[in-house]
Amino acid sequence: MALDQSFVGRTYPPTEPYEVGREKIREFAQAVGDTSPVYTDVEAAKALGYADVIAPPTFVFSLTFREAGQVIEDPQLGLDYSRVVHGDQKFAYTRPVRAGDRLTVTSVIEAIKSMAGNDILDIRGEVHDEAGEHVVTAWTKLVARAAEEG
Amino acid sequence: MAAKISHADVEVGTELPTQSFPVTRATLVRYAGASGDFNPIHWNERFAKEVGLPDVIAHGMFTMAEAIRVVTDWTGDPGAVVDYGVRFTKPVVVPDDDTGALIEVSGKVAVKNDDGTVRVDLTAMSDGKKVLGMSRATVRLA
Repeated sequence: MALDQSFVGRTYPPTEPYEVGREKIREFAQAVGDTSPVYTDVEAAKALGYADVIAPPTFVFSLTFREAGQVIEDPQLGLDYSRVVHGDQKFAYTRPVRAGDRLTVTSVIEAIKSMAGNDILDIRGEVHDEAGEHVVTAWTKLVARAAEEG
Repeated sequence: MAAKISHADVEVGTELPTQSFPVTRATLVRYAGASGDFNPIHWNERFAKEVGLPDVIAHGMFTMAEAIRVVTDWTGDPGAVVDYGVRFTKPVVVPDDDTGALIEVSGKVAVKNDDGTVRVDLTAMSDGKKVLGMSRATVRLA
């Protein structure tokens, strides 16, 4: 069943701030096998002009996707998550995420489309720091594959 | 201080050093823990096959994280990435053996902008298939 178009433009409020920890950044960098010292060594980060270690570019997805859960699990929207695949992902950065950031994510439904029985949902996550300054915007396209004919 | 590659030294068509990223089941378990994405299609073969996949597949976001390393290793400053986007076209299938899969990523400068940035187009292949589409990053150079 096609998703309700009236959800386009709906904004989901930010929840509690996520505090970015140095050791979480280290764990993530190790998990993707990236040995750049700017993720783990404060002095190396400072040499590039950053106040603390920074996070790899895709790190912030963990936060934005958790927040997108409000949309995905919204019973009124009625998305069948068991049929969902990640279609596209994009980030636009004002600055890199860094250790010590306290980040909030505001999720917006940008578009709902139906193609060949698939529901396509575009969610935009706006990430701001504690001062209210923009850090990064994440666009996530989710595709709910059509249910098989029963 | 910024990126180690100078905007003046780069032309449209400049190729970035190609890199290969191995991925085993252990890599995926580790990425699941670090990212918080515990979807069983990334670690449970029985579940993956039940939902119609050929085998366990890598997290799309893992592949996205590896692909941008071709850019960030090139510039030396991961914070110089202005934007980055991909389309997940094919899954990276990860067999349960000691070898796993290999993600091979190449990149080249597609657009040179006047504001000191360039657009790099990335190609990510695994098992002969293109696993990312429209994979592009804009990065600020020195």
